[in-house]
Amino acid sequence: MSFIPGQPVTAVVQRIEIRKLRQGEHLILGFSIGGGIDQDPGQNPFSEDKSDKGIYVTRVTPEGPAEVAGLMMGDKVMQVNGWDMTMVTHDQARKRLTKKNEDVVRLLVTRKSLEQAVRHSMM
Amino acid sequence: MDTESTHSGYSNRSNRHGEQSRRERRKLSSKDSSRSERSVIINTPYGPTQASPNHNSEPLLEVPTSVAGDEAPSLQDDNWGETTTAVTGTSELSLSQEEVVGLGKGSEDGLRQGCRRYAPLALGLCVGLLVLATPLAFLVLPAVLWPARLQACGSACEGLFLSVSCKLLILLLAVWAIFLRQAHASLPRVCVYRALLAILTLLLTLSYWLFYGVRILDSQDEDYQGIVQFAVSLVDSLLFVHYLAIVLLELRQLQSCYSLCVIRSTDGETRYYNLGQLSIQRAALSLLEFYYRDFPLHNPALLSASKHRAAKHLAGLKVYTVDGPGNLAGPAGGSGGSQVGGHSRAMISAAARRRDATHNELYYEEADHDRRVRKRRARLVVAVEEAFMHVRRMQQEEQKASPGDVMDVREAALAIFPSMARALQKYLRTTRRQHCHSMDSIQRHLAFCLTHNMSPKAFLEAYLSPGPTLQYGRERWMAGQWTLVSEAAVTSGLKEDTVFSLRCLDFSLAVTVKSIPYIQMTEEYVDPKSHKFTLSLQSETSV
Repeated sequence: MSFIPGQPVTAVVQRIEIRKLRQGEHLILGFSIGGGIDQDPGQNPFSEDKSDKGIYVTRVTPEGPAEVAGLMMGDKVMQVNGWDMTMVTHDQARKRLTKKNEDVVRLLVTRKSLEQAVRHSMM
Repeated sequence: MDTESTHSGYSNRSNRHGEQSRRERRKLSSKDSSRSERSVIINTPYGPTQASPNHNSEPLLEVPTSVAGDEAPSLQDDNWGETTTAVTGTSELSLSQEEVVGLGKGSEDGLRQGCRRYAPLALGLCVGLLVLATPLAFLVLPAVLWPARLQACGSACEGLFLSVSCKLLILLLAVWAIFLRQAHASLPRVCVYRALLAILTLLLTLSYWLFYGVRILDSQDEDYQGIVQFAVSLVDSLLFVHYLAIVLLELRQLQSCYSLCVIRSTDGETRYYNLGQLSIQRAALSLLEFYYRDFPLHNPALLSASKHRAAKHLAGLKVYTVDGPGNLAGPAGGSGGSQVGGHSRAMISAAARRRDATHNELYYEEADHDRRVRKRRARLVVAVEEAFMHVRRMQQEEQKASPGDVMDVREAALAIFPSMARALQKYLRTTRRQHCHSMDSIQRHLAFCLTHNMSPKAFLEAYLSPGPTLQYGRERWMAGQWTLVSEAAVTSGLKEDTVFSLRCLDFSLAVTVKSIPYIQMTEEYVDPKSHKFTLSLQSETSV
């Protein structure tokens, strides 16, 4: 998850498909996000590198669509439906996730344990 | 090179160009070599250049026979320009100012002045005596004229006597406080309200006398209590008229509703004052009191620089037609005036170049002056601080111990004054304020500062910036007699966009009136518990 300036960002990602749940007139995904290039990265409890301004999953509602799909707290969202999430503002990220005409969102998320798992499997 | 020549008043000749006119101009301008300004006049060889109002527009020429012999030295005289001094307009003007001031002081008719000053006081005294005497007369006359038939009245009358005397005493004090004090100004016209109030009082008193005469004296009324009550009612009415007088004369102008802008004509000092509803002459009086308090002293020495520049600008390029009378179509004369043909372009470009030179000169002159002032000021501050270090207030115990070498304030001031005198004088000369402070006044101020334990900076403040006019002696004011110049009648009230001016000998104050806008204020209640805050360090959005 660390990035070297000037080099492309490489990460081990997991593909998660979340089906939106209709609750009243809203379509909800069941998790909360934090972070963004307009936010203060030092306050992020989940990021390893405190200058990382990416979008992180801060809360997952129990029994919600996100938990069912396998999203975990502390995940960093890299892509949503093909749109990049590593260099967006908080509001842009929210908009990408809450498009009313989309029923399903396909996220690419990364977490520390994924990298460790890959390293273990390679050894 | 003759810089002290006093040639003047020679007959005018035709204008000669070249060396001769240069030489004559040198003689003309060196007439004022006593002026402390040193400036260089670069004159074009054509035409006269001085704008001094008493001289004709053509140069003063010497008698031509002596010119031929002197031409050779003047040609070789290369630095005549550096030592000539400028002819400014102020040389003649200041002389005439002093003359007029001296004349003005003596021209007032003493008797007429005294009459004008004391007439209102005399009138007020007469009305006051009348007012005092009438109720007493009402009370006393029946007792004198028909004492036998008068019914004696008991305690009620005594009570009424007490109230009459008390109210009369109050009325007397009140009339003295408002009307009978020494006026501190003489206004051009009678105050309308005072006149109306005097008339009202007189009418009231006369009508009471009328009723008294008809009802009581003629019929010889026996009811003394009724008569006393009549007198009491008169005193009550007079007290109410006095209340009306207070409201009209004093209270009405307390609430300010006009803002007046006062601009001094010589240096543009502007101040703004809020006044209430007043007549123009009373507003002018208040403004003059504010003028003496707020405006810095008028200093004619500071104005000569701009006059000098104006003189040079006016005496600029002139165009002379050499083609004959057929070319006199356009406007002629002065810098910027152009004639038809090829003259115009050359004129305008020459005028533009000349204007460049003028404001360049001004810039460098001002920068130089500022530097000089700052240098002198630094030296002055250091000199004063060192002088103040030498003198020390002696304690009580020391006084008893060593009686020798003890000085009082005046001697101490005289002792430390010489060390700072030179620096102070140089500074005042540079800022052209040396005429405002005499040596005696400086020593007195120094003694004052020593008495009150002031720091050197406190002593210096009086000299670093010009103070209000009132602080200087009467002879420095140059403004004792004021003339109110106004299009509207001076007893009419102030209105929006009224303009008037107060003129004295040297300058005038232009006053514009604007009314204060009607202020509409609404309220908004803020609950003290409604101030709530959240910290948004890391926003979290649920999707």
